[in-house]
Formats: sequence, structure tokens, C-alpha cells
Amino acid sequence: MSRRRLIRKARNGLFLASSVVATGVGLICLAAILWTLLSRGIAGLSWAVFTQMTPPPGSQGGLLNAIYGSAVMTALGILMGSPIGMLAGTYLAEYGRSSRLSVVIRFINDILLSAPSIIIGLFIYEVVVVRMGHFSAIAGAIALAVIAMPVSLRTTEDMLNLVPTGMKDASAALGAYPWRTVLSVVYPAARSGIVTGLLLAIARVSGETAPLLFTALNNQFWSTNLNAPMANLPVVIFQFALSPYKEWQDLAWTGALLITMTILVLSISARVILALMQSNQAAKR
Amino acid sequence: MAIIDPRHAARQLFYEKLFRSATLAAAILVLVVLGGVALSLILGAWPALQHFGFAFITRSVWNPVSEHFGALAPIYGTVVTSVIAMTLAVPTAFGIALFLTELCPPVLKRPIGVAVELLAAVPSIIFGIWGLFVLAPVLQRHVQPWLIGTLGDIPWIGGLFQGPPYGIGIFTAGLVLAIMVLPFIAATMRDVFDTVPPMLKESGYGLGATTWEVIWNVVVPHSRIGMVGGIMLGLGRALGETMAVTFVIGNAHRISSSLLAPGTTISSAIANEFTEAVGDLYTASLIALGLLLFLITFIVIALAQWLLRRLEARAGGAR
Repeated sequence: MSRRRLIRKARNGLFLASSVVATGVGLICLAAILWTLLSRGIAGLSWAVFTQMTPPPGSQGGLLNAIYGSAVMTALGILMGSPIGMLAGTYLAEYGRSSRLSVVIRFINDILLSAPSIIIGLFIYEVVVVRMGHFSAIAGAIALAVIAMPVSLRTTEDMLNLVPTGMKDASAALGAYPWRTVLSVVYPAARSGIVTGLLLAIARVSGETAPLLFTALNNQFWSTNLNAPMANLPVVIFQFALSPYKEWQDLAWTGALLITMTILVLSISARVILALMQSNQAAKR
Repeated sequence: MAIIDPRHAARQLFYEKLFRSATLAAAILVLVVLGGVALSLILGAWPALQHFGFAFITRSVWNPVSEHFGALAPIYGTVVTSVIAMTLAVPTAFGIALFLTELCPPVLKRPIGVAVELLAAVPSIIFGIWGLFVLAPVLQRHVQPWLIGTLGDIPWIGGLFQGPPYGIGIFTAGLVLAIMVLPFIAATMRDVFDTVPPMLKESGYGLGATTWEVIWNVVVPHSRIGMVGGIMLGLGRALGETMAVTFVIGNAHRISSSLLAPGTTISSAIANEFTEAVGDLYTASLIALGLLLFLITFIVIALAQWLLRRLEARAGGAR
């Protein structure tokens, strides 16, 4: 073997080995984070977490009001943001397609999709909180809706584009207007895709902290009033983790575990549904 | 043969117009929201911009008591943490993408790919709390003293590694950011590498090239635009990331020569101070910081999207 060949072999081995190391680093990071969450979060997991309110400093308590607040604001945010995103996605996939307006909307939507979420918080603060004169759960829900909208738009458009043109043509040939085709043919055909998009939007929204900091704020007590500040898991985690009290820090870890597990379950289910859908389609062909 | 009822036809047409306008309105709303974001930030920041003028972005003073505000320290922190994050994350992401597309046994390809994508789904506050309680103590005890001991003595770059090991600070924030943006860049790069036609790679192998030579001389040149697009997308995320940074940066409005010292970024300054800001000028200055961040990320993300779209158009044209 010539010397040149040896050098090439060595270089090849070196770079491939470092790519294995890089993958290892990525996987170790995920494992380390999950491990810390599990070991620190499970210790604090008890019935009290789901039955008691967030405690004052230095005493025991739970996260009930924060869990409730997160669920309410996430649900409201999704209910407001996702339908708009789905309708807009329908427009792009079925009506606008490659018109100039659609190209611009797609571009702007992708920018909204990766815009810093704290900017969305500032926007809703200016538009809702300042107008209303106080922080409120509804402002938090609107901020989350602004974040959910571009996610739903993107997934809806992608999923509708997967529906075979032949099906739409068949419907049109029967004399159906596009709206009828979309509602009776395209949506049912893309149903699991749309559900996937919804799950991904919920996963994205439920961990958001920055947009809630100065919209929903936080509330130490039980509150169902949408017009008042409301507790929510991410902001509670933020405040409790940075506090000097051990009870608060333990609750922060438990909350972090709850949020991460919820999001991982949502993301994995979305993937499973998508995989089932694809294998179904492959079987049909 | 069916008889067409004219009333039925008219109703169908009405529904069609209704549905079309509803979807169009929703689509237009996307533009309205982005316009609204820009407008509300400009209006909210106006008092500060008017009061300080251009000096707002060139001064590093940040004094809520005397109401003097300059954005230089947060801008510096944002840029430096992002640069650290990108220097660490880009080569690692390249390695992961390379492993997934070229080396990985097919059985592991999907599980590892999904694991990397799940890392992207973990919310940023989790990275923050992990960075503060797990990463920062490890850095303080083991990594930073070593950095100060070895790199700190080297002329030129030694100044970057001076001072006591705080654990938290600019360097730690950059490291946490690197872990956060890693899965985004890796996933984009993997998708881009997957678009390289197998024929091109096989021609390389047919000429006797090693795997690395094929990657460096065939795959990388072919996917250059997409790689840069993915990197820019990651950069956009690093610049605007809030919670992960707020936990570990130390929140000090100053520019230190050492990377190990505490600092602040645009987003963490807003997250920390906004609800406590008293006085119109203080609030307006924080919103002005937000406007700066919006402009910077808008440019970076728009550039990334433009690059990725060019790639898409090219891939579509080639088919």
C-alpha cells in the first residue's frame, strides 16, 4: 500500500470517527437531559402535585393551578390559532397554489414560524395587555394562538398537498364546487395528517414560556377568571427554579418533567400516526 | 337525468364564495400579524428611539435609575453567545448529518433520526433549568478552571478566558444554545444531504474515492446552499432564544473581555426586566431592544428561507 493511500485511508477513518463521536455527543445530551428530569422530577411526583396549589415560599404544595392554567391557555390558544392556520393552509394548497400572494404568504409564514417567541409576547403585550390595562389569561391564550397559527398552516398545506389530484378531479367531475371537494374529499383523506399537525401545534405551544411572561403573568392562587392573570407551568418553573427555596426548586423539576413528558408523548404520537398513514397509503398502492 | 335546481346551484355558488373568502381572509391574516408585530414594536419603541436616537445602539450604559439606556451590552451578548453556539454546533451537526446519511446502519437510521428530532421538541425552559443546575456546576468545577489554566495563558486569545470560574456566563449560555440549535441544523443538513442524487455519489466511489472524499468533493459542494440555509435557520433560533439563555447568562449589563464573565442578551434582558420596568422610557427601551432583535432575526431567517427555497426550486427543476 502506497503512503498516499495510507494517508487517504487515515483521513477517511479520522473524519468518519469524528462523525460517530458527534452523533454520540448529540445522543448523550438528550439522554443527560432526560435522565436529570427523571431523577429529579420523579422524586417530587406525588398526588399533592395534582391536588394542591402552588405554595408560598418555604412550604409544601402542588402545581394544580399551574397545570389547570396551562391546559386552559393551551386549549384556547389552539382553538383560536389552529383553525385560522388550517383555513390559510387550505387556501395555499387548494386556491392560491403558486400565485404571487401565496408565495409571499408562505415566506412570511415561515418567518413567523421561526420568529423569537418573546417578540410575540411583546406584540400581544402592546396590542392586548396595554389596551385592557392588565395582564390576563386571555392575552396569554392569544399569544399562544399567534404561535400555533403558522405551525398549523405549514402542516395543513403539506398534508393537503399529499392528497392525490385524481381524487379532487373525480369530485370536480361530479359537479362539486371546490368547497364541497375540500370538505367532503380532501379533508377526510388528509384527516390523520391534520391530526398530526394539531398534535405538533399543541406540543409546540405547551412548552412556550417567553410569550406568557408578560401576557398571562402568573398567579399563586386558583383562578378560573380568563380576565385575570393565570398560573401556568412554564412561568411557574421559571420563577421557582430561580428561587432560593428548595421546595420551590423541587416543584420546578417536577413541573419540567410533566411538560417534557407531555411534549414527548405528543411528538411521538404525531410521528406514529404519520408512519401509520404512510404505510396505509403504500398498502393501497 | 337529474334536474338542476337553479336555487340549489345559486346556494352552491354562494357557499363556494363564502369558503374561498374565509380561507383567503385567514391567509391574509398571516400578513396582518407580521405587519402588526412590526408596527406595534415600532410604536412601542418610539419614545426611546426619539429620546436616545442612534446612540441607543452604540452606548453600553443601562441605568434604570437615571433613565439612561443603551443597547450595546445586550447586542454584544446576543452576538457573542450566538457565535459560540454556531462554532460548536455547526461541526457537530455536520457530523451527525454525515453519520445519519452515509454511515448509519439502516436499522438505527430511524431511531437516531427521531431521537435528534425529539431533542428539537424539548422546550427551551428545560434546557435553561438543566443548564443552570447540571451544566453550570460541572463547568464551574471542571471545565472552566481548566480553560483558564491552559488557554488563559496564551497571548491574544488568553484574555477571553480570564477571571474566576462563575459557572454561569456568556460561555455557558453559548454552550446551552449550541445544544439547543444542534438538532435543527443536523435535521436540515440530513434532509439536504438526502437530496444528493445517488448516481453522483456512486460515480465518486466508482473512481475509487474514500467515503470522506465523496462527502467532501461530491456531497458538500452539491448541498452547499442548503447547508448554509440550515445554518442560518439555526442562527436565527440562537439569536432569539430567550428562556435557555436567561437561566445561565448571569444577567449583567456589561461587556467583559472574558467569555467566562456574566453578561446579558437582548431576549434575556427583556424577559428579566419587562414586568419590573417602571416608567415609560424604561419600557420603551426594552421594546426597542425587541425591535432590534426582530430586525436582526428577520434578516437572518429571510435569508435562510431564500437560500432553502432556491435549493428547492433547483431540486424541482432537476427532476
